[in-house]
Amino acid sequence: MAKRDRLSGNEAVAIALRQINPDVFPAFPITPSTEIPQYFASFVANGEVDTEFIPVESEHSSMSAAIGASAAGARALTATSSCGLAYMWEELYIAASNRLPLALALVNRALSGPININCDHSDSMGARDSGWIQIYAENNQEAYDNMVQAFRISEHKDVKLPIMVCQDGFITSHAVENIELLEDEDVRNFVGEYEPENYLLNPECPMAVGPYSVTDYYMEAKRNQAEGMKHVEQVVLDVAKEFAEISGRSYGLFEAYRLEDAQRAVVMIGSAAGTTKDAIDRLREKGEKVGLLKIRLYRPFPAEAIAQALKNVKAVAIMDRAEGYSNHGGPLGSDVMAALFRARSTALATNIVYGLGGRDVRVEDMEQVFSDLQKMIDQEDAGETYRYMGLRE
Amino acid sequence: MSNHTEIRWHGRGGQGAKTAALLLADVAFQTGKYVQGFPEYGPERMGAPITAYNRISDTVIRSHSNIYDPQYVVVVDESLLEAVDVTSGLKEDGAILVNTERTKEEIIPHLKGYQGDVYIIDAKKISMAALGKYFPNTPLLAAIVKVAQIMDKETFLREMRASFQHKFANKPEVIDGNMKALEMAFEEVH
Repeated sequence: MAKRDRLSGNEAVAIALRQINPDVFPAFPITPSTEIPQYFASFVANGEVDTEFIPVESEHSSMSAAIGASAAGARALTATSSCGLAYMWEELYIAASNRLPLALALVNRALSGPININCDHSDSMGARDSGWIQIYAENNQEAYDNMVQAFRISEHKDVKLPIMVCQDGFITSHAVENIELLEDEDVRNFVGEYEPENYLLNPECPMAVGPYSVTDYYMEAKRNQAEGMKHVEQVVLDVAKEFAEISGRSYGLFEAYRLEDAQRAVVMIGSAAGTTKDAIDRLREKGEKVGLLKIRLYRPFPAEAIAQALKNVKAVAIMDRAEGYSNHGGPLGSDVMAALFRARSTALATNIVYGLGGRDVRVEDMEQVFSDLQKMIDQEDAGETYRYMGLRE
Repeated sequence: MSNHTEIRWHGRGGQGAKTAALLLADVAFQTGKYVQGFPEYGPERMGAPITAYNRISDTVIRSHSNIYDPQYVVVVDESLLEAVDVTSGLKEDGAILVNTERTKEEIIPHLKGYQGDVYIIDAKKISMAALGKYFPNTPLLAAIVKVAQIMDKETFLREMRASFQHKFANKPEVIDGNMKALEMAFEEVH
């Protein structure tokens, strides 16, 4: 039986973690993710979980401790935001290259500077090449559901890679909204016991973790890591299918909203997708054929499926909540445009940078984006392929 | 068109505007509504102007934008009447609720010609009488529930008592004071 509740995104993730009852949770606080370990610490204090909760002195240490725990054979995770993620940089690569299943509850926040506490995706986008799986949420429900599914994906024997479960700082992390929670027992059964194949604390099979790799082996190790990534799409879909059976909620690699017959589409990540759906419904009432492709799995990038879903659109706006400083747009823009190019798409495409440092996104802003896409179709020209939205004059 | 209410709160950091918005979301949820309650943070310090928002609806809420054209505005700190454009976008068929010791006639000239309904409440007087301390958010919560007709008084008080019993499980002695503040505010807002 599902339980109806109203929770902030942070509280929802903390409850998912209580239900999962992981072995080890090292944490260091940073806005806006602080509440996740804060709520969890109360579950520890109240005896609702038997997790080893380790308050450490920095994010460098929280990720290091999570890596150590995972290497030892434990189910481990931590949480952070922004500069906290930046301070974990070195360890992110260590976790992924050692093929350690591990989760990071990331609450997206702009990187400094200028210093800012609000949402954009510059933190996780910077980590997109670190070898972590990245999965994103539109609202508190998705943040909760993704957290419940995370360890199943990360620990899968064909994957064995760390996973970053992302939600938008403040916009979902601090917004109280309706949510449906699963029963504790259903989550426990769904996630199951973690049984690592190889681990440091196994005296039957001594092993080394993280040894030096000479030139003769380094490249093979990296290629091996890529092999794990290749299995992620299928595992994400399989886990989602099982999750639908216990929750009634369906997930894929991305969500296609009114995209079937759309001539104009927006591709984006995160909470602004909900606002975009409202804009789409308004325009659909006027007979305009507009739709949305909301990315759920960003790393690995499901390029072929995305190109396939966009195959009938005439114009597409790819929205990046992060700068790439390439002078050509942001990371999602690059990925989607490459996907369209490989699929020999003839769609007109533009890349829009928006929402940096928490800059608000209104329904009217998204209506304007669709109107700009119509202009591109009318003029048979994409015009500026790298633009900013919501910039003050 | 389904029933959809949007409320914007103006307060200063530390006064509980965010908490009031979250409590309002909480109590509206209890009556079966779809709700949103969220803060917008400027600088993180006591005394800085902050804004908080509520959407309360019969249907699923998907928008995550701030609220620019609210039906209702609550001003927790009247010094903000000069510092912030509190009536910006406020619908003329809506209302503004101001926490003040002054009279309505004294407040209206500070509302930049706003033509809609104006309500005032002296949350300080109520809070001091009921709690012996100044917590403006409890009286303002009751006042906006009445002004925006979010639910009837009996339902509201019943749900709030349950909420306080949960929230103040470790200090039940403050529950009656808070309940008294709610009841007084429900009567005194005008």
